[in-house]
Amino acid sequence: MSAKAPVEITTAEGTTAIRICTGSGCVMNGSLDVADCFEKTLEEAGAHETVRVVRTGCHGLCENGPVVVVAPDGVFYPCVTPKMARGIVEKLVTDGSYVMDYLFRPAEGEEPIVRYSDVPFNASQQRIVLRRCGVVDPEDIDDALGLGAYDGLKKVLGELDPESLIAEIKASGLRGRGGAGFLTGQKWRFTRDAQGDTKYMICNADEGDPGAFMDRSVIEGDPHSVLEGMVIAAYAIGAHEGYVYVRAEYPLAVKRLRKAIEQAEERGLLGDDILGSGFSFRVRVKEGAGAFVCGEETALIASIEGDRGMPRVRPPFPATSGLWGKPTCINNVETLANVAWIIANGADAYSGIGTGKSKGTKVFALTGKVRYSGLVEVPMGMTVRDLVFGIGGGCGEGLDCKAVQIGGPSGGCLPERLMDTPIEYEALAEVGAIVGSGGLVVVDQKTCMVDFARYFLTFTQDESCGKCVPCRIGTKRMLEIVTRITEGNGEEGDIEKLEGLAIDVKRASLCGLGQTAPNPALTTIRYFREEYEEHISEKRCRAGVCLELSRYVIHADSCRGCAVCKKHCPVGAIWGEMKQPHTISVDRCIKCGVCVEHCPFDSIERV
Amino acid sequence: MPKAPTQVMKLTVDGRELAAQAGKTVLEVCRENGIRIPTLCDDPRLEPYGGCRLCLVQIEGMRGFPTSCTTLAADGMIVTTDSDEIVDLRRSVVELLLSDHELRCLSCDSAGACALQDIAYEFGIEESPYAGERHRVWDGIEDNELIERDYTKCISCGRCVRICHEVQGCDVYGYTDRGFEAIPNTPYASSLFAAGCEFCGQCVSTCPVGALTDMPSRYRGRIWETSVVESTCGYCGVGCTIGYRVKEGRIIGAQAPLERGVNKGNLCAKGRFGWSFTHHPDRLQTPLIRRDGELVPATWDEAVSLVAERLGSIRDEHGSDAIGGLASAKCTNEENYLFQKLLRAAIGTHNIDHCARL
Repeated sequence: MSAKAPVEITTAEGTTAIRICTGSGCVMNGSLDVADCFEKTLEEAGAHETVRVVRTGCHGLCENGPVVVVAPDGVFYPCVTPKMARGIVEKLVTDGSYVMDYLFRPAEGEEPIVRYSDVPFNASQQRIVLRRCGVVDPEDIDDALGLGAYDGLKKVLGELDPESLIAEIKASGLRGRGGAGFLTGQKWRFTRDAQGDTKYMICNADEGDPGAFMDRSVIEGDPHSVLEGMVIAAYAIGAHEGYVYVRAEYPLAVKRLRKAIEQAEERGLLGDDILGSGFSFRVRVKEGAGAFVCGEETALIASIEGDRGMPRVRPPFPATSGLWGKPTCINNVETLANVAWIIANGADAYSGIGTGKSKGTKVFALTGKVRYSGLVEVPMGMTVRDLVFGIGGGCGEGLDCKAVQIGGPSGGCLPERLMDTPIEYEALAEVGAIVGSGGLVVVDQKTCMVDFARYFLTFTQDESCGKCVPCRIGTKRMLEIVTRITEGNGEEGDIEKLEGLAIDVKRASLCGLGQTAPNPALTTIRYFREEYEEHISEKRCRAGVCLELSRYVIHADSCRGCAVCKKHCPVGAIWGEMKQPHTISVDRCIKCGVCVEHCPFDSIERV
Repeated sequence: MPKAPTQVMKLTVDGRELAAQAGKTVLEVCRENGIRIPTLCDDPRLEPYGGCRLCLVQIEGMRGFPTSCTTLAADGMIVTTDSDEIVDLRRSVVELLLSDHELRCLSCDSAGACALQDIAYEFGIEESPYAGERHRVWDGIEDNELIERDYTKCISCGRCVRICHEVQGCDVYGYTDRGFEAIPNTPYASSLFAAGCEFCGQCVSTCPVGALTDMPSRYRGRIWETSVVESTCGYCGVGCTIGYRVKEGRIIGAQAPLERGVNKGNLCAKGRFGWSFTHHPDRLQTPLIRRDGELVPATWDEAVSLVAERLGSIRDEHGSDAIGGLASAKCTNEENYLFQKLLRAAIGTHNIDHCARL
């Protein structure tokens, strides 16, 4: 598979296959019923032997789930229902063509797009990590093997010694995709060089950022890419045992991972004497109990050891003293999913993608106020604007894009005017954001940036493990300051106090959680200071989000005096003569919004 | 790999060149050389923790502000302990701690012996600039008369959790909850009894503030009103060094010096809490001899002479084996050795046993 290959959902030798996404998102939208319906209808039509239904992982365009792509032509059907499934099969069986009415249309009245790869959402993506996601049945190893799974491992075990393997990964420029961006080859080097006979390889699948689902999708869609990466990494560092630390909240990922391990063991691709090479590696799945902080590597190790997930001070780094005190390498899901591709295609092919010190591609979970949300993989160096507007289609609904939060609760918020910043570790750090693990939340003008900061602080404060003072109490005090600003109780000097405290928390905290928790507050102050000031001095929230600072008004020009609002108001806050414009009493109003819902003329607004 | 402990290294701290033994932390080296670094979560009995963030320093070549308690001193290291940035960060940490600490120093038994109070004094902080939610009064049920928990004063340094785990191996405490609510607690917030506590009071001894207090000592004397009389604990043959806190000639509490004795600051339940017998009205002050059916006070000479005389006459009348001796675990090995000598050589019997065998 070439690095240039765009999102192409094809099959071998032109056979016909209906690929239906059974990732968590599409399953929620009913894709399992749709898949059953496809199979039933095909059987009824007597076509079940020539047309295969493949239950795949994530195709990417989660917004339009259940997503169905019919090979070999790659015909794309969004939001498929069982009824549509019957129609699609009928057309396919009759003349091999597609149902025009069910095709994807970028907007009402626009021409439909037939092929999945032609959808703007996919046009500028480049799939390495997600190379088999949405293509193969994740529960069938033969599917993955047919598309090159474990070819990288075969090459490693047959041709490369650990030293040249590490050199190859270093040369590719691959950096940790969990957030910190440390050079993967260097991490392997340190663990390999550490003294000790017993070493461990851990895959960090404790994805916890709100709005992020990259790792879940990779494991759900192509678990073998991760396992293959783990075996290769284990071979590089000299480990014979490993763990995948995965959130228990990802039951489908856990299930598919366990199945993949079982199947890989049956084929001699995992376990003792892998492929007759004499190298052995066993993997165990450890389910996390839901603490965000366990994504931090030392807390993750403590959790595997059976202790409360609390980080410890580094150094010593896990590479020298990790799990059970032994040298341990911890790589993120996405990082590992890149490894086999690099081996199979060469370090040069990988480092040829991306820019400067940021090589390869990056997977993002694109969510929020964006027209097409979903899972995307883009080459490093693409601008945030191309990602949000080119792939995501902008904010939609005629609203202007206001900002993008990159890197989840540890990341920063980037205003619209800085969206030409390229997706590179260094460039994003310069503007106060981070590449992070890949959560990307788009917000429009209807989002209050103070409230936005409050949301992320609520999350990080809640998830602080409590070990160190700046994170435990500092984020709490920050949250209290931000909260009082959103409630209209902000005082002069609060912004400066918040900034000062944020810097102290960043500097004095023990682990990455506390060191990055102030980022959303700091970047919203940096880029949207005027919103903070308005909340404090004018007691005004321009987005109309902060309840205490907003009020409901009836526009006299459009109010017909029908009294529907008066009838529904639970506290009698609305008065007015019939057929005359009505008024809302600010004192009495409890801001429940019932009047807005019932007004037949859209005359009531929250301002 | 840890280097041999005899190796001597040179490092520079605040411009001073210091010699240090390999294996020591930066904090230890600084303390040995009289450089003050405040700490709250550190206790020499425990593994370094790095939680309170007060011992932050700057070290050339290391990112950010590493904690001196967890960083091993290394040859050629250049350390700064008192830059403006460090002092500001420490001040910020103390201010945050004070914002969640009930300032009831007037009635707190730890006043004067409180590490947080000392550090706040050192930084000249009268009150925290941060107001906000505080930890609630603990609503669990405590049904013992020795240890009291007060979460309105707890600073979550984890010393109680760690001493119970690392030194005692009891694990009565653990961390519960997350975020601001995270506190050291018993499982399901049960009473200490229910959590299997043996009441050694080690947690009280390590608590740097007044969150865990010794109830028998409560309100009996402020730290500055008491003197410490060092002694050897008489409860068993271990012979722990114990410091009795004495006010106006009466014992009001017990502690142990961290740097001396076989116990290095540790005590058990008996040593720490079992001192009230000293001033008990029922306590025997002199030997008693039964005369005409009544126990009458006597001198030690009278008592010892009587015992020697009676043992001699029993041996003469009924033979040595009519006598037996039971030694005590409260005695030292040497005392027990002498006791069996008395029985075997002086009295002439092998009828000797020890309470620890029962």
